[in-house]
Amino acid sequence: MNQEYTLSVFSEDHIGILNQITIILTRRQINIDSITASESAVRGVHLITIVVRTTPELIQKVVRQMEKVIDVLKVFAHTSEEIVYQEIALFKVPTKVMMSGNIVDQVVRNHNGRLVEVTPEYMVIEKTGHKDEIIELLRFLEKHGILQFVRSGRIAITRQVKELHSYLKEMDTATRSKIPEESIYN
Amino acid sequence: MKENNNKNHNGNGHTEISGAEAVINILIAEGVETVFGYPGGAIMPIYDNLMNVEDKVTHILTRHEQGAAHAAQAYAMVTGKPGVCLATSGPGATNLVTGIANAYLDSVPVVFITAQVVSTLIGTDAFQETDIIGVSMPVTKWNCQVKSASEIPEALSKAFYIATTGRPGPVLVDITKDAQIERLNFSYSKCDYIRSYNPHIPLHMKEIESAAILINHASRPMIIAGHGVLISHAEKELMMFAEKTGIPVALTLLGLSAFPSSHRLYAGYLGMHGNYAPNVLTNEADLLIAVGMRFDDRVTGNLKKYAPDASIIHIDIDAAEINKNVKVDVAINNDAGETLKSLIPLVNNNSYEKWIRAFRICDKTEFDTIIKNEIKPESGEIKMGEVVKLISDLTKGDAVIVTDVGQNQMVTARYYRFTEPNTLVTSGGLGTMGFGLPAAVGARLGSQKKNVISFLGDGGFQMTIQELGTIMQYNIGVKIVILNNSYLGMVRQWQDMFFSKRYASTEMVNPDFAAIAAAYRMPAKKVSERDELEPAVREMLATDGPFLLEVTVEKETNVMPMVQPGASVSEIKLTH
Repeated sequence: MNQEYTLSVFSEDHIGILNQITIILTRRQINIDSITASESAVRGVHLITIVVRTTPELIQKVVRQMEKVIDVLKVFAHTSEEIVYQEIALFKVPTKVMMSGNIVDQVVRNHNGRLVEVTPEYMVIEKTGHKDEIIELLRFLEKHGILQFVRSGRIAITRQVKELHSYLKEMDTATRSKIPEESIYN
Repeated sequence: MKENNNKNHNGNGHTEISGAEAVINILIAEGVETVFGYPGGAIMPIYDNLMNVEDKVTHILTRHEQGAAHAAQAYAMVTGKPGVCLATSGPGATNLVTGIANAYLDSVPVVFITAQVVSTLIGTDAFQETDIIGVSMPVTKWNCQVKSASEIPEALSKAFYIATTGRPGPVLVDITKDAQIERLNFSYSKCDYIRSYNPHIPLHMKEIESAAILINHASRPMIIAGHGVLISHAEKELMMFAEKTGIPVALTLLGLSAFPSSHRLYAGYLGMHGNYAPNVLTNEADLLIAVGMRFDDRVTGNLKKYAPDASIIHIDIDAAEINKNVKVDVAINNDAGETLKSLIPLVNNNSYEKWIRAFRICDKTEFDTIIKNEIKPESGEIKMGEVVKLISDLTKGDAVIVTDVGQNQMVTARYYRFTEPNTLVTSGGLGTMGFGLPAAVGARLGSQKKNVISFLGDGGFQMTIQELGTIMQYNIGVKIVILNNSYLGMVRQWQDMFFSKRYASTEMVNPDFAAIAAAYRMPAKKVSERDELEPAVREMLATDGPFLLEVTVEKETNVMPMVQPGASVSEIKLTH
């Protein structure tokens, strides 16, 4: 049975890693629902967060194949229950529309939206939350007219207690380290 | 600036040299003695510097970059050292791709160094520019592009380290022309640490102990050993483990030569055209001990019907191979030799006479129905099997055997008796036709053995026939045996068996191979009659230097037995 997984891929900050990661999904014909990349809490270590739908068996194989990529440090596959996650969306709507009735009020109070820019011509609304909440706001605003809409990929924090630091330390102990510790984890 | 001096000391104990010279110095520091390659515009600085060290590094100019890649791979397979292969940018680099993919699927360490257009032109579709980093990404263990001379030492030291450690594989370093010309303060130390890559996995005794319990309680166990045994130099451990436990040993194609074919515990060769006994008895075994092999589909047949009664212990250094194709009961993600070493003290002395007898009974069936007629036919045209058997008998295993891909390969794997490790060079995972001739070049240059014998079909030979030029130029003493059936034999066999004998584009009209050999000043012999075969083989083996032997073999013959596509290994067919 297919289910949703959030992959957290921790890697060195080298050119081409994203490509090396995504071709593994391409070969397995796994579609990417969303993808984001940024630096992690460990300086120099990048985190790519990928949301996919696949089977429990295949996700494990994919994780091992991703960990096989030389510059990848560690890969986790989590179900939605195991993580705290958010997405962000921006909506550009005509000010004229927003000012009719109590639309702004509903956006702010009912949908937890936030006005980030207001001009006489348009307003930009920011909404952070789960995909379904964002889609709910989208459906609401669609009725009134939207100029632009964009939704980010998922970002996620794991609920597990063991942090990347300890994995890195373990890996380092296992490897014949030639580099003083402070230069690895700073 | 002291531009006219080749070497400037900058006072730090470092030497200022060009990027190209740094590449050459690094090759020497890594112990490289032979490189294979083909020059071109972008790589000219490296070649220019290579000329200065001809006494230390021999460059073999092949006739095509694919040939250089295969030769470098074969060199690595017989020496256990990394192969090195050079090519220029654009078409030079893309011509390597088949060779890179071949080395990748067969886990062979080859360092590919390609040149790239000058860094300011990258991304502009410049003359002879290709994105070889992007192209080679799915078929290399690691690759990287170098755009300044100062990055060369780190990139190449990582390349050698990654290629040769863990599960070995090809790596590619792409160096721009300006980085080759630019000067750097050169110093070099070998890489032995990469934070994100740990090839030295600690052994977990818990899994070793679990494996030992399964082994000590099994009643019909079988060892299935692959290329990992040879890569790990674990042949002795495999032998000790097998002899102590009394468990029969079957080998995969790339595992051949890891265990002597003549040993009483040798169970045969696994796979689609492997031996009858190990295939059939896989499905009767109650325990499979897989050592350094990856349950390739050519070995397992239909996965749903594979080894239904067996627990499986899987020893492999690549974590991504564990539970990839076959669910295993005990997974030992480690080096084959290290694992066997710690396993041997924990297993009981044992023997499985009744179980071994089952193998011998199957062997007799296979001998009576197939082998007898293949290696000792009474009449009719010459068979591939008898050619291989004759050469096997005359060399007594004291040779490096190279094959192409197809019927010639399967027949060689079936009928050559291997006695020493690393004496077979073949293209397993990728199944690359055209591999055999250039691979023979690399094997001959790497091996101490006088006889390096390449079994080729008439099809594969002509895919890389231009390497006869390389053999001539360097007088490389390879013995070329063309098993000529005027067909793409294996494809024709499938057409015979699965496409109603419709031989679509598999018949070949061939040139006079002996005349081609003569043009390359190579002694040659063509044999069509059985009584001419042995004298010709003896003449070939007695010849110093290269020799081409063309044998006209039976045109329409199928390699049997065969596990048909989709069938279980136990449904292996003896006749069709």
